[in-house]
Amino acid sequence: MAKIDVSVETDDQPSPPPSHPNTCPSCHSHYRDDELERSLWVCEQCGHHFPMRARARIASLADDGSFAEEATELHSEDPLGFFDLRPYTERLAEAEMKTGLADAMVIGRAAIEGRQCELAVMDFAFMGGSMGSVVGEKLSRACDSAAEAEMPLVTVTSSGGARMQEGILALMQLPKTVAAVEDLHDSGQALLCVMAHPTTGGVLASFATLGDVVLAEPNALMSFAGPRVVQEITREKLPDDFGRAEQNLRYGQIDAIVPRPELKPTLSRLLRLFDAPD
Amino acid sequence: MPPTEHELRLRERLGRLRNLPLLGGTRISGELERLQRQIARIGEEATDEEVWRKVELARHDDRPYTLDYVERLLDDWFELHGDRALGDDGAMIAGLGKLDGRTVVLVGQQKGRDIHERASRRFGMPNPEGYRKAWHAMELADRHGFPVITLVDTPGAYPGVVAEQHGQGAAIARSQSIMARLKVPTVACVIGEGGSGGAIAIALADRVLMQENAIYSVISPEGCAAILWRDAGQAKKAAAAFRPDAIHCLELRVIDEIVPEPVGGAHIDPDMAARLLGQALRESLADLDGVPGDDLRRRRRARFRSLGVFA
Repeated sequence: MAKIDVSVETDDQPSPPPSHPNTCPSCHSHYRDDELERSLWVCEQCGHHFPMRARARIASLADDGSFAEEATELHSEDPLGFFDLRPYTERLAEAEMKTGLADAMVIGRAAIEGRQCELAVMDFAFMGGSMGSVVGEKLSRACDSAAEAEMPLVTVTSSGGARMQEGILALMQLPKTVAAVEDLHDSGQALLCVMAHPTTGGVLASFATLGDVVLAEPNALMSFAGPRVVQEITREKLPDDFGRAEQNLRYGQIDAIVPRPELKPTLSRLLRLFDAPD
Repeated sequence: MPPTEHELRLRERLGRLRNLPLLGGTRISGELERLQRQIARIGEEATDEEVWRKVELARHDDRPYTLDYVERLLDDWFELHGDRALGDDGAMIAGLGKLDGRTVVLVGQQKGRDIHERASRRFGMPNPEGYRKAWHAMELADRHGFPVITLVDTPGAYPGVVAEQHGQGAAIARSQSIMARLKVPTVACVIGEGGSGGAIAIALADRVLMQENAIYSVISPEGCAAILWRDAGQAKKAAAAFRPDAIHCLELRVIDEIVPEPVGGAHIDPDMAARLLGQALRESLADLDGVPGDDLRRRRRARFRSLGVFA
């Protein structure tokens, strides 16, 4: 019996990488950077949703100039002195250089079509969007910030799961974020969760599925265990849409699938329904 | 008399613990005293070989499982099978019993002894039904003021097609959120493998204990090796890197206490192991007795919200 575990960071994209990041893996249309930026990184031919970086996501959701970032000073440490093929500190430095972010989550205050909210957005480009102590702390602070300011919290997740370089402390970010969400729920403020591709492992198994409303982007992979692990362990034949947003909707796991161009108006409508302040 | 080398090392370790940012809480003096007692009991940091030995012991075929402890610790055990939704998951046990004459709810993963039972209990890897069964039992405990004891022993949640269709991730999240809401005393003990999300789903407790030879980790050594070393055969190296042993978990304040086992491991003398576990559970429950439910819940959440190391 192979021992497996699943709530882990993985650098593997669920689908084989396209020849070029601007080439649609589904219909092979190719785009210039500015074209993708204009279309919110959605393929205009077939509707494929390309990965979206955290800053671009925030720009696409927040009203111009409304985003005020919080907790920018938080940086990961290396509590285990973790060393696999390369030291964790080196991987962190590389991710920081590559993404221009301090870690895999950005939080702050924003307005969406005039409605105030707290925003927590993940970036898959930073070590597979893996959740370590900094991501856990930021989500936890975002919950407090929303509760204090009496406004909803909107999360946009994209993550391979817990960051294994932080060992058991990474696992502890699951109960940490869950406890923070429970405090937010008790404050009476809403939690709106948007899952982008992929939201798997420890993030799916903690705050990302605890929203009052749970949305997903089309075709986003949202499985606790990755397709490869399930295939290897169970030898079961996987359905074509295994773990995808469409399957999750069919089985009642989420409330709606929202294509990216409709996300801002949808969130704005929900914020109005939850009486978010102007 | 000059301090021995052992004392010096111990003092240095305590100094390091004191400086850890995650020990900055208000209960620090009590915690330190507890840690001091614990470290004195355990002695030194485990070597790589000892860590691997613990991985082997935690998975030992003869290691006592949840029901072995239920049998030895609880009177009038009544198992609750239903998740009230889809099915009875043999990988998760829930039930009512008396501990020293007081009704408690016990929840835990269950591995199998023989090949048939192993298959039917899925090697202790629950499906969403199992987590639903657990949360049903915990909500029952909350309604009636029964303390909750959870025994953690799982390689992880079951990675199956149907498990995913039925919301494995959300079930684990929900199970934690229910534990974060309970107003009754809760004690969790890792008695074998504390495997990732499948384990934490039932371990968000007021007190988290761990048996001396249990392991608790974000991923199995084999899984970690397969991803980071691209070779599952490097499991020993992976275990040495993330150290799933109880001493390390205690240092990081992930657990509150190490429960001693008979010399050689719990499987050498299950009766003795059960006595030691029972004593630790009773002590923890006694500590939590009389604390108002709101305070329990607030402290429990604060405990978990303080975990993590960052700059």
